[in-house]
Amino acid sequence: MIKTEPAIKARDLAASYGGHAVWRHADFSIEPGSFTAILGPNGGGKSTLIRMILGLLPPSHGQLQVLGERPHRGNPLIGYIPQRSTFDPELSIRGRDFVNLGVDGHRWGVRLPGRAAAGAAAASIRSVGAESYADRPIGRLSGGEQQRLLLAQALVGNPQLLLMDEPLSQLDVRNQSVIVQLIGDLKRARELTVLLIAHDVNPLLPHIDHVVYVAHGNLAMGTPEEIITSESLSRIYSTPVEVLKDSRGRVFVVGLEEEVSHPHG
Amino acid sequence: MGEIFATITNTSPQLSWNVFEDIAALFHYEFMVHAFEAGTTVAVAAGAIGYFVVLRSSSFAAHALSHIGFAGATGAVVLGLNPIFGLLAFTLGSGIAIGGLGNRLRGRDVTIGIVLAWTLGLGVLFISLYTGYATEAYALLFGEILGISSADVVVTIVAGVVTVVALLAIYRPLLFASVDEDLAAAKGVPVTPLSIAFMAILAVAVTEAVQVVGVLLIFALIVTPAAIAVRFTSRPSIAILTGIVLALLFTWLGLAIAYYSPHPVSFFITSLAFFTYVGVRISEPLRSRVGRRFAIAQAAG
Repeated sequence: MIKTEPAIKARDLAASYGGHAVWRHADFSIEPGSFTAILGPNGGGKSTLIRMILGLLPPSHGQLQVLGERPHRGNPLIGYIPQRSTFDPELSIRGRDFVNLGVDGHRWGVRLPGRAAAGAAAASIRSVGAESYADRPIGRLSGGEQQRLLLAQALVGNPQLLLMDEPLSQLDVRNQSVIVQLIGDLKRARELTVLLIAHDVNPLLPHIDHVVYVAHGNLAMGTPEEIITSESLSRIYSTPVEVLKDSRGRVFVVGLEEEVSHPHG
Repeated sequence: MGEIFATITNTSPQLSWNVFEDIAALFHYEFMVHAFEAGTTVAVAAGAIGYFVVLRSSSFAAHALSHIGFAGATGAVVLGLNPIFGLLAFTLGSGIAIGGLGNRLRGRDVTIGIVLAWTLGLGVLFISLYTGYATEAYALLFGEILGISSADVVVTIVAGVVTVVALLAIYRPLLFASVDEDLAAAKGVPVTPLSIAFMAILAVAVTEAVQVVGVLLIFALIVTPAAIAVRFTSRPSIAILTGIVLALLFTWLGLAIAYYSPHPVSFFITSLAFFTYVGVRISEPLRSRVGRRFAIAQAAG
């Protein structure tokens, strides 16, 4: 019953921030168990969409349904990885303690010993393959290792929906494809719906079902083949943009440097 | 009380070869018993909240609270009130304001610095309005734990219990919000009220600590023990306990040394804290080299 309903459904949705419209007239629905990349220039409102799904920002217009409910903060069915550069190297807290906070960090008081929290955290750390460094200070780990622990934290309550704000931005190319592969595997194993904000669509192309493009106050959704074309991106940006493909199927968007370096509110 | 203190500091007690007798002598006078009671309470509260001050990088805010509190304390003296209540009122008020502004205050060191300089100036004015100001100002700025009254000991113990109980009550969400505020907010943690609550608890802890080390030396008890603790362990609960133990050691040893010397307690507490921190930092490359050699040996064997 729930499976046939979309995981996320937006009708004539609009977002505004500090009185300024970020984007409007957004209509889309995301089916359960799908993998969607959110793309677009900086400042276009990609994170705004994620914050709205999390219930941190109310829609300025229209309707939004998340897992059959109106968005609300602290929804245990949603796992989240916020946008961040990396952890402060001086942050003296173990990866395991960080994952533990995903289990019961929102509860008052102190954790009583012998509770199930430690077991849930350990299982989640195992599922992302982070056991060997989970007891080291998280600030001292590599970007890829930190990203795995962030994933362990997001998955700890067995969520249905996984939201990630630029999880690949601090990783090198090899680590990007390793983490995307891991996300893809976890998605299949746990039947997760995944939304991921990215700058570069290429490491994601083998895995994603849909693309949501957020730019110029508009929000367009479709398959990568539909959206990442010269015609469609030129329409979204209302300026001539060319999409090139190399021999290995990687796509390159040409003519957008201006847009990226001068972000639009 | 002040006269007893004066006679004792003029002719410091002599150390004997009997350690037990020397320790027993520390508790011979009532003023030393009071000092140990208040010092112990303050060390526990300061050591505990210090972990979060270090984790949230809010040591400057702690410093600012104590300076703003100085104006409150001296103002209370002018009005003929107990300075501790003026101190508490001002640190609480400014703590709640700083906590409410939250992220908007990040990187506003200059603004905070300007406000705290002005409040110190205000404190100087209040002090000058009060006759016999010198000792009072000295006590507030540098601490006067040897002159603490039994009424102040009671106030300190109550404030200490409030600090620790409040910290325990908000421990998990505060830790969550301190490590990753965005994530904590998404998980339903009320981050802004929590930040206000934290600063209010910090205000109470600062008010207590001012009695031991004074407004200007607050760092030694609130920041240094926790800063040392996080270099030894990355487990939050152990880091907090280590911070408390270090704050207790600095306070107890400082009191004991000061009893047998003509110099002020604050000097010994801050020096113990300082040299422990320096020692830990210096020994760090050494320890990590030994650790690495051990790891290589293990991998090879």
